[in-house]
Amino acid sequence: MTNRIETSHSSGHPRIELRNITKIYPAVVANKDVSLTAMPGEIHAVLGENGAGKSTLMKIIYGVVKPDAGEVCWEGKPVTVVNPAHARDLGIGMVFQHFSLFETITVAENVALALPGKPELNELSRRITEVSEKYGLPVDPRRLVHSLSVGERQRVEIIRCLLVNPRLLIMDEPTSVLTPQAVRKLFETLRQLSVEGCTILYISHKLDEIQELCNSATVLRGGQVTGHCDPRQETPASMARMMIGKDLPHPQRGAPKPGEPRLVIAGLSHESPDPFGTDLKDMHLTVHSGEIVGVAGVSGNGQQELLAAISGEEPIGEKHPVIICGVEAGRMDPGERRQLGMCFVPEERLGRGAVPRMSLADNALLTAHRRGFVKSGLIKFAEVKAFADNCIKDYNVKCGGSHSEAKSLSGGNLQKFIVGRELMQNPKVLVVSQPTWGVDVGAAAFIRQRIIDLRNEGVAILVVSEELDELFEISDRLAVIAKGRLSPAKPIQETNVEEIGVWMSGMWPDAGDAAHYSPASEEAKNAAQA
Amino acid sequence: MDTIVAILAAAIVAGTPLVFAALGELVTEKAGVLNLGVEGTMLVGAVSGFATAATTGNVWFGVLAGMVAGVLMSGIFAILTLNLMANQVASGLALTLFGVGLSAFMGKPYESVTLAAQAPLEIPLLSQIPVLGPVLFKHQILVYVSWALFAGVSWFLYKSRAGLVLRSIGESPESAHAIGYPVIRIRYLATLFGGAMAGLGGVHLAEFYTPLWVEGMVAGRGWIALALVVFATWRPARVMVGAYLFGGVTIAQFFAQGAGVTITAQFLSSLPYLATIIVLVFISRDMATIRLNAPVSLGRPYRPD
Repeated sequence: MTNRIETSHSSGHPRIELRNITKIYPAVVANKDVSLTAMPGEIHAVLGENGAGKSTLMKIIYGVVKPDAGEVCWEGKPVTVVNPAHARDLGIGMVFQHFSLFETITVAENVALALPGKPELNELSRRITEVSEKYGLPVDPRRLVHSLSVGERQRVEIIRCLLVNPRLLIMDEPTSVLTPQAVRKLFETLRQLSVEGCTILYISHKLDEIQELCNSATVLRGGQVTGHCDPRQETPASMARMMIGKDLPHPQRGAPKPGEPRLVIAGLSHESPDPFGTDLKDMHLTVHSGEIVGVAGVSGNGQQELLAAISGEEPIGEKHPVIICGVEAGRMDPGERRQLGMCFVPEERLGRGAVPRMSLADNALLTAHRRGFVKSGLIKFAEVKAFADNCIKDYNVKCGGSHSEAKSLSGGNLQKFIVGRELMQNPKVLVVSQPTWGVDVGAAAFIRQRIIDLRNEGVAILVVSEELDELFEISDRLAVIAKGRLSPAKPIQETNVEEIGVWMSGMWPDAGDAAHYSPASEEAKNAAQA
Repeated sequence: MDTIVAILAAAIVAGTPLVFAALGELVTEKAGVLNLGVEGTMLVGAVSGFATAATTGNVWFGVLAGMVAGVLMSGIFAILTLNLMANQVASGLALTLFGVGLSAFMGKPYESVTLAAQAPLEIPLLSQIPVLGPVLFKHQILVYVSWALFAGVSWFLYKSRAGLVLRSIGESPESAHAIGYPVIRIRYLATLFGGAMAGLGGVHLAEFYTPLWVEGMVAGRGWIALALVVFATWRPARVMVGAYLFGGVTIAQFFAQGAGVTITAQFLSSLPYLATIIVLVFISRDMATIRLNAPVSLGRPYRPD
């Protein structure tokens, strides 16, 4: 591959060249004097922390955002990309970090909207199925998007781009919620595209992926270019140093000290009201104080339904299957469950984790109001603001201040704020979904460390994630969710990635007859290890 | 039997202004624009159409004038809300207040004028079918036009690509902009279409249904049209059901009053409004339908950056 790229270097113009791009927003300088060059067939990584200006730069190339200064050259000629349709005409495709899918229409219709001309829907559905099989991105074109999980939505976005045979493909964190197998499959696709001459701009926080996939990289920090490198010559640690300007901290954990059961799922079965949802079947799980239990699995296997049943967004008919701090809470609403000491970080940041158009302070108040911020029906605004300011400071959230609208923050920064808001409420039980999705390595390490610290303080923590590396890094015990069933939770020392991978396809011992396990014996085992 | 046929035929005529106004507003709302100025737009459309027809002696000039008036009214609304980012609810209410006053002012010279009633257009053969024929196929042209509009709007929204784009903008203008659709332009077109249809509804009322001009003659039908769109969960077929239900109860209570029923006339007159709302509230209780059909961005201003 290297040879081919060198040929293209000598033979012609760069596919895309950015010269001295500057973009200033009212509160923040997103890009300052940024230059970047990528040749045909190059897989070029754009590295940087959250808020380093990567997404803005990509949006400028795609015509969504107009630069204040600087020049974009496409295949040797200066162009002004007026809008995304223009970008697509040029041959530029983009997969967004925040999905640009419409929820009330089908997958096929969503794809049709982004294609030129008037594709016939049945023919298009056939092509979607074809591409999805070829690249290992299974998705049913007839399904309505609102019934898809985050991972499935991302597949739709990728397929939508691949259908137009782009010459430049921009991928803003495409692998954050794919399974390891799907990532491998995607990389094969991307390498194939690269051999065919397509240039790929690849944004990711996963440095090992970048090292494996990319053959050049531009590093951004605070909106400015701080360096170029060839990822194949670097190590993840050295790239992290270029990105954050210092060495990456490693999470410190000790042995778990499990105490009394705080969150018990006892025989939870629930039929999903959504015809495309997953029915939960006889789930059992116990989370003790002072331990982190991870739930692994490919998205769309019942994670959303399980979390909704635990958080109370979808109350179940009976009281006993969900027990929070000893109280049967199956019929309680989310507010009552939070009153019992449970805090919850949902998967979707905008819309469920935070109200996009409300300020950070107001968003903090939404779940933290139980901390005495309300007195005789009146809000103590000064204290709310102080709480939000503390959260912004402690969790290093880059924003204009506690008055900033939630939607103005980059994905990773908003995630830091939401996690911070929940962690600062001193929960007894913490339920977290995808804690570091779309969050850069520095912030992700920080969030994981905070979660571990909280566990050491005796909080019972349930983490649902699709990132196996993360689960192995922080969990004390690990369970797998597949097809609406939950496997027994195994202590992390007794299992490995291979076994969990097999379990993720639904094949664990006794999976057929709804595996029971005894919390007591597990506790004994834990104690033995500790 | 004859009475029932007469009631049903009259119900269709009485429901037609609502069909026009509500289908127009449906398209506007599907693009994410909430135009509360329907009542005022209908009034201005009615008086413009009536005045033009009375002056020129040609009802079709009147129809055209009514639609142009509707476009102008909604044009004001579009400039305010789509260009100047004014609040849609406040602007719509202001538009209605403006339309009520303007139509009263414009209509003063025409208050004692009458137009000749338009002869119905009997569809050959079909109008000979017993019962159905006189109910469905002996109407003035605009009634048939309203059916064509229903078919057209349904086809446009759910079968055409342009309709898909319009619905996508109503759901998420940000995403539609990100994949390259001209959000503001399409919202403009949808708003102007809604205005033209509200104007046409007004024209039908003043030129064909009554036919005469009385100040404030729209009498809340614009508001009912707005309610119809919501309670019909943004689906054209349910809008039709609601409109004819309203028309039916309107006519039925006229007959009841004529037959000397001893219930106060005020109560009977309010029946169409009550009945329509109550029935629609009951048929629109399904949350899943609402979630799938309601335009998420309704009433939310959008500024592309």
